[in-house]
Amino acid sequence: MAMAPVSVFDQVLDHSNRADPYPLYAELRRTPVSRADDGGFVVSTYAEIVALLHDPRLSSDPRNRSDREALAPDGATGPLPPSFIALDPPEHDRIRRLLTRHFGPPHNPDRVIRLLPEITEITGGLVDGLAGRDQVDLVDGFAYPLPVTVICRLLGVPREDEPRFRVWAGAVVEATDPATGDLATRRDRRTRALAELGEYLGGLADAHRRDPGDDILSGLATDAAADARGRLSRGELMINTALLLIAGHETTVNLIANGMLALLRHPDVAHRLARQPDLASRVVEEVLRHDPPVQFLGNRGALDEIEIAGTVIPRGAPVTLALAAGNRDPAHVADPDRFDPDRRYIEHLGFGGGVHYCFGAPLARIEAQIALTELVRRLRNPRLVADPPPYRPSPLLRGPRQLLVAVDGVAPAPPPPGGVRRAGDRSGVRPRPAAVRSTASR
Amino acid sequence: MRATGLDLASKRVLLADGEEVEFDRLLITTGARARPWPHPGEAALDGMFVLRGRDDADGLRRRLAAGPRRVLVIGAGFTGSEVASSCRGLGLPVTVAERGPAPLVGALGRTVGAVAADLHRDHGVDLRCDVTVTALEGDRAGRLRRAHLSDGTSLDVDVAVAALGGVRNVEWLVDSGLAAGPWGVACDTGSRAFTVDGMVCDDVFVAGDVARFPHPLYDFQFLALEHWSNAVAQGEIAAHNMISPQTERWPHLAVPSFWSTQFGIEIKSVGVPTFADEVVIAQGSVADRRFIAVYGCRGRVTAAVAFDQGKWLDFYQGLIERAAPFPPDFRRVDQPAARTMPAEIPDRPALVREATVMVTGHDPSARRARFVQAGR
Repeated sequence: MAMAPVSVFDQVLDHSNRADPYPLYAELRRTPVSRADDGGFVVSTYAEIVALLHDPRLSSDPRNRSDREALAPDGATGPLPPSFIALDPPEHDRIRRLLTRHFGPPHNPDRVIRLLPEITEITGGLVDGLAGRDQVDLVDGFAYPLPVTVICRLLGVPREDEPRFRVWAGAVVEATDPATGDLATRRDRRTRALAELGEYLGGLADAHRRDPGDDILSGLATDAAADARGRLSRGELMINTALLLIAGHETTVNLIANGMLALLRHPDVAHRLARQPDLASRVVEEVLRHDPPVQFLGNRGALDEIEIAGTVIPRGAPVTLALAAGNRDPAHVADPDRFDPDRRYIEHLGFGGGVHYCFGAPLARIEAQIALTELVRRLRNPRLVADPPPYRPSPLLRGPRQLLVAVDGVAPAPPPPGGVRRAGDRSGVRPRPAAVRSTASR
Repeated sequence: MRATGLDLASKRVLLADGEEVEFDRLLITTGARARPWPHPGEAALDGMFVLRGRDDADGLRRRLAAGPRRVLVIGAGFTGSEVASSCRGLGLPVTVAERGPAPLVGALGRTVGAVAADLHRDHGVDLRCDVTVTALEGDRAGRLRRAHLSDGTSLDVDVAVAALGGVRNVEWLVDSGLAAGPWGVACDTGSRAFTVDGMVCDDVFVAGDVARFPHPLYDFQFLALEHWSNAVAQGEIAAHNMISPQTERWPHLAVPSFWSTQFGIEIKSVGVPTFADEVVIAQGSVADRRFIAVYGCRGRVTAAVAFDQGKWLDFYQGLIERAAPFPPDFRRVDQPAARTMPAEIPDRPALVREATVMVTGHDPSARRARFVQAGR
């Protein structure tokens, strides 16, 4: 029986293409703005994606899309308000500003830098834990526990609760995979998991209000004076900290795992990184370009007709920005399929762009830089056991489910250069801005 | 070593020590300096500052750290506004005297300038518009003590910052035959200098604060852009053109841009806001101090200014480049119910209206322009 031709983007979503969607992305780029089987538009070329990330005619609020019935049957949005990634300004800006007060400048400029000693210590401890075996799984044994531990510390979530929130976070991520059910069903599961996770975090915030610590939940719970322009409601606090908890590790686990996979496939780069920690920022930026942990943004909708690259996207149409395809657009970068941290400029869409630019980018960068450097310095003769490795099902948050590596042992932790690394010590792990430009800073 | 003159005929630059340097191609990037307080005796008072270079900043910083009773800022352009903002950040009492109707009026027009005025006042600045400083008084030791304003009041001040804009460093070119005057050195979009006759010099190039060039997007009006983003872009064009054959030269067509951080707000601009008759709030809210004002001239978009909304500006730059219709007629995020308002761009300052060139001769071979120098 003849099958209807499946659009290229729908093939990207198909499990069988998870290990290497890049030939499909190349095919997708032949039509910079194409239609998927569900009537949505997929944008796959770098310049067009950058333009749309800054285009105020494109909304991130699903209530502005013509397919909203499928997404959220009446009244089924759950007990919590939308998180800030599903909102447009001014609501998005208000929430993001209130969250940023506890995460970055101007109120908390050294928040991430203050975490450096802990991240370094956690990383070292996890690598110590890999010793004594000739085969290790770098996902379960390293790439997952590292960002989870860090985000718990930063948010003020007890690490020992991980088995509880892992279930909720897993359900939310699974709901991004079309193979797990129809839209309404997935939406329903996602809503329920988020509500439970939100309740859990709301309870934690209450506890922190009584006994605050140096963490984001405490900051949000006690930020009575926040600012003249408002504070988070309880529901907003619940949904948005749930989002930070999930995004804080479900994406970074893939960044670290994709990065290690690239280094195992390019031992020359791994050897250089081991001797030259300065290379870490370039390696991480190139991973974000070459094999980004977030492959596309599927939550946009056109508020008005948008003419782009010769195509008219009608008002209300859902729009997907295929970041991973744009990152390998030969019109943007020469020899795009090559993993090459020595590129003169590494400009990528790995963190998105515009007002929704990844909130956690500074943390993800630092974690991945420290993680990859520590692994290549201490794993002796690491070899990939399976290439490609088995992948997690999600086409959106894409990365290995397991990264089995054969090793000849684990070197002991080297003494930190120049004694103990202190908070504010900027040596070794800082990105070098001259070498790396992101779309957000233009 | 200072350059003191240019001999176009022999292609030489004259230096202060009497030496001459021959050139094949010349790039003029002599920039601008802070316009000094016009009364030399008052300008020399201890406590008087201009702000241009690092040394100026060092000196001012030391004096502010000493905790003056009150700081007077003369002029509410970008420099003056940023100084006032920094002083308020340090908790110092500040008076700003601005001769125009609002801060930033020369760059943003009066309508958006009114928002800047609110920013000053919200942050406790004693802002006085339509006011000039008539005299500055020192004590016997030559220390600044008092300022007299045209509104009839006087203030006890220990520190005053004259933020009166820039003066372009063109004096060394007075007799060079180049089109160099208070407006800068005129050049084409390829950065090639014009002679005083309005002809292009093939081998003399100009870039940065000192340059003044026609921009096709703005009816070919000559623009002088004192922001480092222009210096970088134009410098790249000039460098390329200096080493490229005629047919491979590039035009400087960058859309002008600048930014300024003051009172906790990041103000960013693309285009030329003063090239406008109307303005509309396209996104956000003026009351919340987060908005995008889009400027239009005769029905097309010519500029956009963002207060804490800079991430959208690339889009508006695209509208400027495409001469998109004004006001914007599409649905967009954070769209307020807004009507267009007059932009209220002030008349250009007298500086650039000065008639300083006259033309002589009848026969085409003999017709020439020359500068009329005041007092010469």
